[in-house]
Amino acid sequence: MTIASLLSTPSELTDTASSKCAIVLMTRIRLARNLAGRSFPGWSREAQRAEVLAVCREALSTTAPMKRSVSTTVADLSDLEKQILVERHLISRELSGSKDGAGVVINKDQTVSVMINEEDHLRIQVLRAGFQLKKAWSVINALDTELEERLDYAYSARLGYLTACPTNLGTAMRASAMMHLPALVISSQMEKVVRAVNQLGMVVRGLFGEGSDASGSIFQISNQTTLGESEEEIIKRLGSVLESIIEHELNARAKLLETDASKLYDKIGRAYGILQNSHLLTSTEAMNLLSLLRLGIDLNVFPEDSRAVIDRLFIEAQPGHIQNVAKHDLESMQRDVLRADKLRAEFAAFAKPTFIINGQN
Amino acid sequence: MASPLKCDLCSNQATVHLTQIVNNKVHKVDLCESCAQAKGVTDPNGFSLADLLHKDALNPENLTTAARCEQCGFTQADFKKQGRFGCPQCYATFSSLIEPMLDNMHKGTAHTGKVPQKSLERKTLHDRLTELESSLGQAVKTERFEDAARYRDEISQLKQAVEQPKSAC
Repeated sequence: MTIASLLSTPSELTDTASSKCAIVLMTRIRLARNLAGRSFPGWSREAQRAEVLAVCREALSTTAPMKRSVSTTVADLSDLEKQILVERHLISRELSGSKDGAGVVINKDQTVSVMINEEDHLRIQVLRAGFQLKKAWSVINALDTELEERLDYAYSARLGYLTACPTNLGTAMRASAMMHLPALVISSQMEKVVRAVNQLGMVVRGLFGEGSDASGSIFQISNQTTLGESEEEIIKRLGSVLESIIEHELNARAKLLETDASKLYDKIGRAYGILQNSHLLTSTEAMNLLSLLRLGIDLNVFPEDSRAVIDRLFIEAQPGHIQNVAKHDLESMQRDVLRADKLRAEFAAFAKPTFIINGQN
Repeated sequence: MASPLKCDLCSNQATVHLTQIVNNKVHKVDLCESCAQAKGVTDPNGFSLADLLHKDALNPENLTTAARCEQCGFTQADFKKQGRFGCPQCYATFSSLIEPMLDNMHKGTAHTGKVPQKSLERKTLHDRLTELESSLGQAVKTERFEDAARYRDEISQLKQAVEQPKSAC
């Protein structure tokens, strides 16, 4: 299997019909692992990194989840391929910018990806559409156990899995959920939520992790600490934080409808109009418009089954994906034209909105 | 009266006493006038005790001689620069540097999660094998052939145990 064919096959994120949970778009868990007796990637010479890459690729190729997978070095990827993989959350920006000896192995349905020689020798990631922390943990735990049969991990009984950065020691696990929180953003409550979540030992980031903006009102919430708690405890704690954020978002939506339904419906209606008629759309604007339509679906303005379309477009409206369809190099302005073309086509057949105005409104 | 507290940084008499709560943990620092000034403690804006403790722990002048990791050549100065270690062995080499930081960084200071059972079993087997092989060598050298035969049998048993998981997959 090649990377090109992988990118054209359906993936968990772009083609899932199972947007079961309206607010949690996607769940991800990653484990950092290192090989015993070898320098971490950032402190290794080229030859050492190449050796680690070979050993890890070999070990991965025989595991059950990676039987059908693509295994490639970062050097063999084009800039566009790297960008698309970042947009699909399959590799990190850090890996895409790394030099010799970095690689990635991705399974066919793109739910499992393993980065090699990123900050740690191995960064194993499992990704699931919707709110599925426990499922993601059972999958990644099994793969990790399989790998451990083949590789000697750097581990200390007291500090747990040893990682390049001491902030990842212990379980070396980061569990995260991608949440769509438009009402909290509209009602300016996000700052308050971020503060509260931080106090509970969780971190809030933008769509593409550290330092990225929160366009489309999409946020990533994950555990901050990794030592002193078991994986199950971290997942349980994160799960309950997520539940409470969901509750706050739902309350904020109810409040917006109660106090200012026209204003909210106006935003949704205008977003629909722009998506159907615009000729120039930047990716940030597209994300924000799609976000409003997704909110509309949750509020029964649009039919439930159209949520999967929006979730797919969240990914396909990203610059790399637009570029990929064009098959030739584009200026960003040309990309905005193509993005608008694509969205106009998608929304030409989209269900018409039905606004239910409560009471005397 | 008890003897006056000394400054945590320079051991002059401490006149500035700070208590700060970070992550539900109480941290206390005692400083002399000049160190407090130098560290910006008197500036009410943007001072964090955690930063002070952190920087202090990372300041090479306050550390014992610059240790170097035998395994990978990494030094404390490298850690100060990068915030990351060179190899797994560094955690043992620089334990006195890292241990005090863990408390601030994490919820606890000891791992309570998953244990790589297979990796550890393999390591135990491997260590036992090395031990037996050296015993075998010794026994042969000193012509204790009965012992040597016993060691050899045990080695072949262990080797079978090591091979098994590989053939299973």
